[in-house]
Amino acid sequence: MSLSATTAPPSPAAPPPRPPARRRSRSHSLTRMDLKYSPYLYIAPFFVVFGIFGLYPMLRTAWMSLHDWNLIGDHSFIGFDNYVALVKDEYFWNATLNTFGIFLLSTIPQLLLALFLANLLNRTFLRARTLFRMAIFMPNVVSVAAVAIVFGMLFQRDFGVINWLLSFVGIDAVDWDAERWSSWTAIASMVNWRWTGYNTLILLAGMQAIPRDLYEAAALDGASQWKQFWRITLPMLTPTFVFVVILSTIGGLQLFTEPLVFANGNIIGGDQREFQTLAMYMYELGIENLNTAGYGAAVAWAMFLMIALVSGINFLLVRRTVK
Amino acid sequence: MSLTTRRTRMAAAALAAITAIGGLAACGKDDDAPVAGEKPAKLVVDTFGEFGYDEIIKQYEKDTGIKVELRKTAQLNEYRPKIVRALATGKGAADVVALEEGILNEFKANPANWADLAPLVSDHSKDYLPWKWELGKAPDGRLIGLPTDVGSLAVCYRRDLFQAAKLPVERDQVAALWPDWNAFIETGKKYRTATGKGLLDSVTTAASAVMFQQGGELFYDKDDNVVADKSAAVKTSWDTAVAMADAKITAETATWSPEWSAGFKQGTFAATFCPSWMLGIVADNSGPQNKGKWDVAPVPGGAGNWGGSWLGVPTQSKYPKEAAKLAEYLTNAQSQVAAFKLKGPLPTNLEALKNQEFLAYTNEYFNNAPTGKIFGESVAKIQPLHLGPKHQAVKENAFEPALRSYEQGQATKDKAWEQFAKDAKTQGAF
Repeated sequence: MSLSATTAPPSPAAPPPRPPARRRSRSHSLTRMDLKYSPYLYIAPFFVVFGIFGLYPMLRTAWMSLHDWNLIGDHSFIGFDNYVALVKDEYFWNATLNTFGIFLLSTIPQLLLALFLANLLNRTFLRARTLFRMAIFMPNVVSVAAVAIVFGMLFQRDFGVINWLLSFVGIDAVDWDAERWSSWTAIASMVNWRWTGYNTLILLAGMQAIPRDLYEAAALDGASQWKQFWRITLPMLTPTFVFVVILSTIGGLQLFTEPLVFANGNIIGGDQREFQTLAMYMYELGIENLNTAGYGAAVAWAMFLMIALVSGINFLLVRRTVK
Repeated sequence: MSLTTRRTRMAAAALAAITAIGGLAACGKDDDAPVAGEKPAKLVVDTFGEFGYDEIIKQYEKDTGIKVELRKTAQLNEYRPKIVRALATGKGAADVVALEEGILNEFKANPANWADLAPLVSDHSKDYLPWKWELGKAPDGRLIGLPTDVGSLAVCYRRDLFQAAKLPVERDQVAALWPDWNAFIETGKKYRTATGKGLLDSVTTAASAVMFQQGGELFYDKDDNVVADKSAAVKTSWDTAVAMADAKITAETATWSPEWSAGFKQGTFAATFCPSWMLGIVADNSGPQNKGKWDVAPVPGGAGNWGGSWLGVPTQSKYPKEAAKLAEYLTNAQSQVAAFKLKGPLPTNLEALKNQEFLAYTNEYFNNAPTGKIFGESVAKIQPLHLGPKHQAVKENAFEPALRSYEQGQATKDKAWEQFAKDAKTQGAF
């Protein structure tokens, strides 16, 4: 539009004041162009990078999942056969169960604890608040692998500290990676240790954004700390809480490093696959077994759909209950 | 026209940004393809664990003027994905790649990824253990790998713990304790009665030792069909291991687990099965404070081969000829003896196996055990094995977990075998 306006052939009957008008219209359309297109240019870097490193791998994975694909050899198109096989795959459902089990064991206590800690840190009377806030974030700075290795040592059967402590209260040594409940507990404790502080800080930031005068007014009206928390903090915190829950969902359902290191690098996660997560199963099929890369890709997409679904459900649930 | 220039500029900027990022993504393109006959400035060698090449490579650099970069990866399960990635994307592989037995078998199914070494090096078909040489060949006949080491079997045992359990401690007396596997189990029972502990580290090291003694077919038949639950060798190995679990002669650790590593130092067990490459691992896990407490004795039931590697050259290497020459150099008799003395991989080169320096070698850490002689003698008795494409996956993800499930009481004998038979089929399919 603007282009045709500026490049229109000059009419022979043009009056003398035309050049200034034309300049005005040109600069006007320039401004319009600027307004219209520049924002896209500014955000372009993200989308270009996302396209290359995010979208392309996703589409490629989708394409792979429709094939019988050998990672270092041939591949042939088989349609949705991989997905059909997946539905009937006992180990896939086993991995799903493990993933959700560990997810619940880590997310629920973690978020409750984070909420509690954030509320404490938000109190005005606390001394050296910055120090505490930093300290609480520290675990997140440590590398996952290091955390997993250290916790692996703590939860060792023969010489682990946890079993040593349990022995004082008369409990026999637990073989942590041999049973479902014990391995889930051990892995969830790693996740909790690492991510509670992170979530605390996000929730704290959300709390800080709540206007102080609400609390002052409530205090004047005689509302207790507890009541203030329920009636003011929690409702006002909803958007932040939704964000934290969705982040935790994405992270929790993709759990990989902790269980893998806990299993000493064995991808099947325990002798009876008692703590093999979906991400581990995907890796086993997609990377370890060279010839089932297509099937692994199908697991990856199944995981994607599950995360989307669970995030959606969480979003609705959290919005409902907190309101 | 200022408008068009502005638009062009904008478009140009966007284009530049896209090409810059695109260029990043496409980096590593072969714009520096070598001129024919040109000598490479540098060759890259990928190894896992310890191959003992550090000294040998210095000599090679001096002789040829070609720089060699040695990239070491500590563990096989970190190493393998790197190779797979390089092959799958066609980029990033080293010029010379160390291939462990399991990996080699898997890669044989797609031999086009590997250069045929036969025309690139001199004829060495008579220089190595014949079966080892044959295993380096793909089904289509091309020579993928030059033999490096072999994993001949022995038993590593703790002298101090044997003494405490009132068992003999000298090598030949210990060998006399276990002429066969039943005698080994009886010894384990005696050890348990005396100390209350397991003699052996894990049930799976024993299972591996028995399995690799059998020779012939293990999880696959000669045509690479999975026969895991019908194979006589596998059944023998399973039954022996189950008998050990029933007799409670192990410390119930899983190999490579923290319990296992700590057990060496803490003395939770007094023996383990050692292919020669395992000696370094035993020494590292036990630490300097246990130096001289370990010793090496022959294995019950005769010689066997557990592990061992080859050197291959990926077709994506820019200098296949020089890379093949380097692999040839690294696997010659002299280099194999030097590597053995440095880190323990056992030679497969016939000349190296007869080398006086090799035969006279004693290992200081293991109470000066004549490891050159012990391993050198057993090498000749090894039965050739047929491992099949996904031997490693079947062993590690089906056979061993099922066995441990039984040992730890998570599954009954029948259930554990069922689990193994089922998983072997899915893991082994290619």
